[in-house]
Amino acid sequence: MIVVVAEQRGGALNRATWETIAAAQQLGGAAGAPVAVLVPGARAGAAANEVAAADVQEVITLEHAALEPYTPDGFTAALEAALEQLDARYVLMPHTYQTRDFAPKLAARMDRAIITDVTSIKSGGEPAFVRPMFQGKLTADVVPQGPAPHFVTFQIGAYRVDHAKKGASAARVRALTVDVDASTVREKPEAPFQQAKQAVDLSQAERIVSVGRGIKEQANIAVAEKLAQALGAEIAASRPICDAGWLPMERQVGSSGQTVAPKLYLALGISGAIQHLVGMKGSSTVVAINKDPDAPIFEIADYGIVGDLFEIVPAIIDAVKT
Amino acid sequence: MKIAVCIKQVPTREWQPRLNDDKTWIREADASFEMNEPDAYALEEALRLKEKHGGEVVVCSAGPSRVAQVIREALARGADRAIHVEDDGLASADAFVTSAALAAAMKDEGFDLVLTGLQSDDQGFAQVGVIMAEKLGLPHATIIMEVNVDGSSLRVKRELEGGWFQWVAMPLPAVLTIQSGINQLRYATLKGIMAAKKKEIRKAAAPAGAAAKQKIVSLYVPEKGKKTQIIGGSPAEAAKELVRRLREEARVIQ
Repeated sequence: MIVVVAEQRGGALNRATWETIAAAQQLGGAAGAPVAVLVPGARAGAAANEVAAADVQEVITLEHAALEPYTPDGFTAALEAALEQLDARYVLMPHTYQTRDFAPKLAARMDRAIITDVTSIKSGGEPAFVRPMFQGKLTADVVPQGPAPHFVTFQIGAYRVDHAKKGASAARVRALTVDVDASTVREKPEAPFQQAKQAVDLSQAERIVSVGRGIKEQANIAVAEKLAQALGAEIAASRPICDAGWLPMERQVGSSGQTVAPKLYLALGISGAIQHLVGMKGSSTVVAINKDPDAPIFEIADYGIVGDLFEIVPAIIDAVKT
Repeated sequence: MKIAVCIKQVPTREWQPRLNDDKTWIREADASFEMNEPDAYALEEALRLKEKHGGEVVVCSAGPSRVAQVIREALARGADRAIHVEDDGLASADAFVTSAALAAAMKDEGFDLVLTGLQSDDQGFAQVGVIMAEKLGLPHATIIMEVNVDGSSLRVKRELEGGWFQWVAMPLPAVLTIQSGINQLRYATLKGIMAAKKKEIRKAAAPAGAAAKQKIVSLYVPEKGKKTQIIGGSPAEAAKELVRRLREEARVIQ
């Protein structure tokens, strides 16, 4: 059996769960194994009914007070107890911040392999899991070692929500109960909050000029701003630029910032770390300008110019004006 | 407060990848190395906590002899002493082997707080801190943007996705994985570099029997997903051609 661990909060399913279901269906098809979706939470019913539309063998709710609010101690204890009752060969999850917080602990508790941030599966014989390494400069085919179950987490956006096959009728939903001592949970989380109202909604921008480390210093941001003005674009940045305070945090694109999908995304001096790419790979047309011809940003760019952005950007501004 | 900071030495950002002969790891002889960036922020946070609460900062690294370079750098920035789990096999180790090596070397020290970066810029597992917490039997929190210590309790700001955050409290001792940008990094002073030469680096052997739980069967330069049209020529020519294609082919500008 292949078990997908769904992610939900207050009954609202994280859409990345559907991406993981798509991955599980591919792996299940190749390995000849049925897929089950495990939905943990205090009230898992609504999310369970939603994923029951998928072409899976069954949906299993795992309800326990120790699962709400989320804590790594609570999730590790409850999921370990649940997995002891399921004959899983693989346990798949979306590579969300929540998964990153507990999945390695769960795998370590059970002394099982965990392969994280996977972008695709090579099946045919023993499945190999494909993942980026060295900031996306290299890709590795990785095989888990040791007894099952093997834990695998999937990079957000690697599989498409609409590739998850729906069933002819709703899958069976059953409940699993576990015995967990909630007093063993040591972390005491408070309610999530947003730092400040997002004054800038980059998700609606038609064109974005985004700057990365290649801009070198704060004074050079003006060069990118001039280009943005000439193109009628919003200005945005990768995380290091916002960390340095050169642009406000609300202009950050990436896993910890905003997710954008403009018609034009023009990346200036952005190497293309995974954390940035997940925030902008939905853009229709990507232009990359970078001095490093091997920068991973060129792997997803439609148009690329290899060279010094301080020479190229003023030339683009001139060309736009004519 | 006795604080451990786990740091990793990784290839520099400018490094151009070269593979070894069996194409399962990089050719290390060609690489230049530096401190993993999120670990540098973890070190800075530890130094700030020590300045506020007193105590000791011990830097821990698991790797071959070359990692002495980043250990020296951490000592020059202000760490008090270091533990180096030295083994050539640790260069390409998975998160289980690395965590086991670090946890074994740290377990008798009785640290109040263990900090490390949220992930490394080489293998990028985002696992070592969390597995270490499990092996040491400690509570943990990941992707931390603020650390407040009050007596024996800890309250940290955890980053969630899409601009959301959450405060989490837990007892000490604990393990935290630190996000880049939590603070402003300091650099080593000449005085610090001189002082580092006299600081203790305890060598420890890697524990026996820690087996890898994953194996890289093939390592390669990524296949391009999209066909990127590289536009050549002088800056002026390339710019003109780019603007033409954005207007006429992609039709995304006027």
